Amino acid sequence: MTAIDPTAHLTAKQIEELGRELDAIRDEVIASRGEKDAAYIRKVISAQRKLELVSRGVLLFSFFPPAWIIGTAGLSVAKIMDNMEIGHNILHGQWDWMRDPKIHSTTWEWDHVSPADQWKHSHNELHHTYTNVIGKDNDLGYGIMRVDEDQRWHPFHLGQPLWNFINACFFEYGIAAYDLELGKNLRKRRRNNPEFRARARAVGRKIRKQVLKDYVIHPLLSGPSFLTTLAATFTANLVRNIWSHSVIMCGHFPEGVQVFERRSIKGETRGQWYLRQMMGSANISGSKAMHFMSGNLSHQIEHHLFPDLPSNRYAEVAVKVRALFEKYELEYVTGPLPKQVFSAWRKVVRLSLPNKKPKVKTPDREQELLAA
Amino acid sequence: MTSTALRSRAWKLLEMVTTPLLPSDYLDLVSPLRAGADLRGRIEAVHPETGDAATIVIRPGRGWRGHTAGQYVRIGVDVDGVRLWRAYSVTSPTNSQDGRVAITVKAIPDGKVSNHLVRRAKPGTLIQLDQATGDFVLPRAKPAKVLYLTAGSGITPVMGMLRDTEFDDVVMVHSAPRPQDVIFRDELHALVADQKLRLTEVHTDTDGMLDIARLYELVPDWAERETWACGPAGLLDAAEKHWAEHGVHERLHTERFRPGIVVAGEGGEVTFSGTGKTVDADGATPLLDVGEEAGVLMPSGCRMGICFGCVTPLRAGAVRDLRTGEITEAEPGVLIQTCVSAAAGPCDIER
Repeated sequence: MTAIDPTAHLTAKQIEELGRELDAIRDEVIASRGEKDAAYIRKVISAQRKLELVSRGVLLFSFFPPAWIIGTAGLSVAKIMDNMEIGHNILHGQWDWMRDPKIHSTTWEWDHVSPADQWKHSHNELHHTYTNVIGKDNDLGYGIMRVDEDQRWHPFHLGQPLWNFINACFFEYGIAAYDLELGKNLRKRRRNNPEFRARARAVGRKIRKQVLKDYVIHPLLSGPSFLTTLAATFTANLVRNIWSHSVIMCGHFPEGVQVFERRSIKGETRGQWYLRQMMGSANISGSKAMHFMSGNLSHQIEHHLFPDLPSNRYAEVAVKVRALFEKYELEYVTGPLPKQVFSAWRKVVRLSLPNKKPKVKTPDREQELLAA
Repeated sequence: MTSTALRSRAWKLLEMVTTPLLPSDYLDLVSPLRAGADLRGRIEAVHPETGDAATIVIRPGRGWRGHTAGQYVRIGVDVDGVRLWRAYSVTSPTNSQDGRVAITVKAIPDGKVSNHLVRRAKPGTLIQLDQATGDFVLPRAKPAKVLYLTAGSGITPVMGMLRDTEFDDVVMVHSAPRPQDVIFRDELHALVADQKLRLTEVHTDTDGMLDIARLYELVPDWAERETWACGPAGLLDAAEKHWAEHGVHERLHTERFRPGIVVAGEGGEVTFSGTGKTVDADGATPLLDVGEEAGVLMPSGCRMGICFGCVTPLRAGAVRDLRTGEITEAEPGVLIQTCVSAAAGPCDIER
């Protein structure tokens, strides 16, 4: 939270009007969803499967260095596609409207150690509903980091540049632990809670399957290329983890992004909810390939406004959303990937040290609404 | 180790290779019609029959178990990207040498699937299939005399029978608005020319609707005939009444195409079929709240339509999306977000 509220110039009436304009953008996309969109996701899924198949095939000969490089690069891209443009978006229900049971949020499972249903709860439900609300949205530093001046400082935070680097390398495990709320649940008597134990077992099973596949079965299938294939799958997982961690950090951590206090969302209207998503997210600018490889999470602002719209439509939505930002004189936080990653990391480093708590005035919109 | 056990071990190993996907996800890329795959079919040809009807020739997957004349098949077709399931009568004979099956579809006004199949379906398209089903079929023992009483697209299951089994004495009474609306007209007239069929065409645009009492005049021995009737509900209702009144109802076999028509309204009686609870709901209260108030344990999440944590099967009836006003009708496999859907008429939620 900055000392100056960047939305202070908006009246309650304007915020509700903004909400209506955003609803209209959403309705327009929903009414025009169709065959082209369905063909898009099917094509992406099929391309991902073929790329993974070919890459794993090439890695059978990974003792030969060019094969190692090609196979590892292909597998890294395949894993990124699986997690970002395919998994993340299907699990958001973006493609449920197709009524295809094979491409549906209730049946999809991804190449990740966090089981889909646990991730859907922590991500879709908690993070997307309570975006950037301190104490409610654990994505704000994943519970291990301090990424805003308003979060309380502990000496533990001194090490957070290191924690963040380790988290980036093993991001999928970080997410699994985060979805389990491991820190909270290991405390006191909670660890014996049968519901937590069942979820922990499910994560254990998923980890076993993933590890067995990447680090035992496929290397064994490679025979003489055992060690090089092992190194290749490890590298592909590392690349995928660092890439997704970077993209995701850019969504809510760069400078200019707002966080909110718990009391500010009490009695929140639809317009205010939309406004919070607008101010709490940041985009990455770049080429079509950049948008695709980020699973269109480069359009984080649009994704947070409309998490269930098909990802391939965010680019066209972004033009209209940006116009609304301008109309209502709000800052659209965006920038190229290196700039945004740098900005997020600088914040992580800066906030590893304590700061003076800024004096904040949260505008009391509830009162304003009552008066209107 | 037996070969089955060996194969199941090998399959388990293959699943470990492809996790979290299944080996079939990869096999589907190259061979979607193979044995062991989910049953699908590929459209091989579309033959127009009349101005608004067409026969769709389908190559079914290896798992297809064949059909009996008169049965129907449910197919899942992607229309504007949305998979919709409908049932159509199989019109090809059971002994087709090439292994293909045909359905004949009449485009009904505003029918999403029927219009798509008749006017836009392209050879090469994959569709989803169920096994053929239905008990509107011929008996094992050949009846001496047969009457087929049909109207409109009601001729389609009967055509499957006509093409499949020859009888010594067959009469058909068929209604259609105009001669050019009679599906399979050339083939029917060829059967008449070969003296394999006696046919009465009723053209309702000029003759008016078929009055069931006219059967005495059209087919004097109707009561002695084993009868198969298919057509609009009005015709079938009248036939059932007529046959019952004359004490010969066991000779009449009927097939109804569209049993329940959903009428979307505002609110209605909501049944939670898992728990057996039924409550009245208005058209503005989300079904999630309706269920929770009735004491049903409902899955829930963000309560604002964004997290998809509350999706639940809609087994019957219709619901309205409170955000867009869009109506969703129950169909197999349809899931609704209960936190942003309200009852649009009576409905049945699987909870």
